[in-house]
Amino acid sequence: MCNHPSEFVRYRETQFLAGNQIMQWEIVIGLEVHAQLSTRSKIFSGASTAYGAPPNTQACAIDLALPGVLPVLNKGAVERAIRFGLSVGAAINSPSIFARKNYFYPDLPKGYQISQYELPVVQGGTIRIQTESGEKVIRLTRAHLEEDAGKSLHEDFHGMSGIDLNRAGTPLLEIVSEPDIRSSAEAVAYAKTLHALVRWIGICDGNMQEGSFRCDANVSVRPKGTEKLGTRCEIKNLNSFRFLEKAIDFEVGRQIEILEDGGVIRQETRLYDANRDETRTMRTKEDANDYRYFPDPDLLPLEISPAWIEQIGRALPELPRVRQERYMTEFALSQYDASVLTASRETADFFEATVGHLPGQGKLCANWIMGEISGQLNKDGIEIGSCPISPDRLATLLARIVDKTISGKAAKTVFDSLWKGEFGQDVDTIIAEKGLKQISDDGALETLIDQVLTANPQQVADFRGGKEKAFNSLIGQIMKATQGKANPAQVNAMLKRKLEA
Amino acid sequence: MTLTVDDVKRIADLAYIEINEDEANAALTQLSGIFGLIESMQAVDASNVEPMSHAQSVTQRLREDTVTEMDQRELFQSIAPDVEAGLYLVPKVIE
Repeated sequence: MCNHPSEFVRYRETQFLAGNQIMQWEIVIGLEVHAQLSTRSKIFSGASTAYGAPPNTQACAIDLALPGVLPVLNKGAVERAIRFGLSVGAAINSPSIFARKNYFYPDLPKGYQISQYELPVVQGGTIRIQTESGEKVIRLTRAHLEEDAGKSLHEDFHGMSGIDLNRAGTPLLEIVSEPDIRSSAEAVAYAKTLHALVRWIGICDGNMQEGSFRCDANVSVRPKGTEKLGTRCEIKNLNSFRFLEKAIDFEVGRQIEILEDGGVIRQETRLYDANRDETRTMRTKEDANDYRYFPDPDLLPLEISPAWIEQIGRALPELPRVRQERYMTEFALSQYDASVLTASRETADFFEATVGHLPGQGKLCANWIMGEISGQLNKDGIEIGSCPISPDRLATLLARIVDKTISGKAAKTVFDSLWKGEFGQDVDTIIAEKGLKQISDDGALETLIDQVLTANPQQVADFRGGKEKAFNSLIGQIMKATQGKANPAQVNAMLKRKLEA
Repeated sequence: MTLTVDDVKRIADLAYIEINEDEANAALTQLSGIFGLIESMQAVDASNVEPMSHAQSVTQRLREDTVTEMDQRELFQSIAPDVEAGLYLVPKVIE
């Protein structure tokens, strides 16, 4: 038995191909993502949604479900749902209906969650993801508004559970995909693309540690080439991309093993245990009727006017996908570079601000942002929003490479100095103070080269005798003599000319 | 549609309502009566009428996204049976 589930899947596939029976499994995944909307107040009450407040200080009468209270819908939540719908090319339903989803749990004081069943705000739409074999379109079923539940704390209350209702009533957008995903890697690519999008359009802060972006995965397998979907299991509350991938890999291995042993999959909800890297039964799945959905009589049909949709559409920022294509045509960047730079709006804006100061140098700017900047940000554990080097300073530094004032190597020294905030972050002062200016004066360089050649007659003879290696050794000595301040390309050309003369 | 006493028990179970045999049979009679009314209404041709999701023909009013509620935890918790560290305490439920 292999240790890793995905290895196990591959092993099984090979084994079946080797035998008489040719049997391969196709993995079918649909994702449900709960994105917490970045409103100030809750979806049906005026209580604050700020994270981290002392327990129950942000739970008002409506959130507590005291008798006689009525929900009033937050315009900001609806507006964000529409923004999402427009950014994925979905239809916006009007009217849209709120429904009660009935179940009993202490952190759900009403005994039902207000959600949407028929006529969600967002219907359809697509997300494009990058896979190993190119771009793939994942269809969305719907995205609907709903309220979050509170939190139950089970430890240390003398056999009782403690209930914190601060989170109760926080607006969520549940984004449901069609079962178009075929591997854990595709699931992660989809979740990452969606994560970047909701942050890009400013509807969700995407903070996964705080639970602002949570994934549930519906996983099933079927013999390759067949149409009928296998019985699915739902894995709940995956709050990191890594857990999403590992949970799916484990679950796929588990289901294939059961089926190949002649068993049947039971439809159920499962939990992923990160410590043991396995999924286990949480509850056997009720069918949709068990929630006894019905339209909530406390909420009227939501009408969304075409004028409102149009207004939201006009205010929508240029979407990551559109920007990616523009970077490829406008700055001649590769698809890879363009997709890395558009992974977040902050990074993309930083790139554009930099290249704005240095027209025609898109690739150079991209390389430095994806290389030095991103590396240092990672090292210091900070986001690009708090980058100590501003785009215009970075552009000034890169301009000195372009005009050959400094070499690429010296530029890294200047970069480090800028990062530390030395010399008032003035690029030219740093170059001067650290003596990094390239020797571009042909005469001075020629004198230096002549000196090195005179001092190394053996190597000159070796090169002329056909030993290519001797050339590199001479270059090395010249660069050393210039203290790295010569332009390598220039030294190369001059040395070649001299030796071949 | 014919309702059975098992359906009634299942619905009661989902709604967390404790119900004995007599009550289940009584509820069956009453619910079947309501189903009868619905069946009569279904005889009406409503193919040209848009289905309503609410009894009133008005639409949802929206609230501006501003925080209007202040912290009233002490007041709310003064009537709670049991509280500790700001939490409402309830019998332990782990699903």
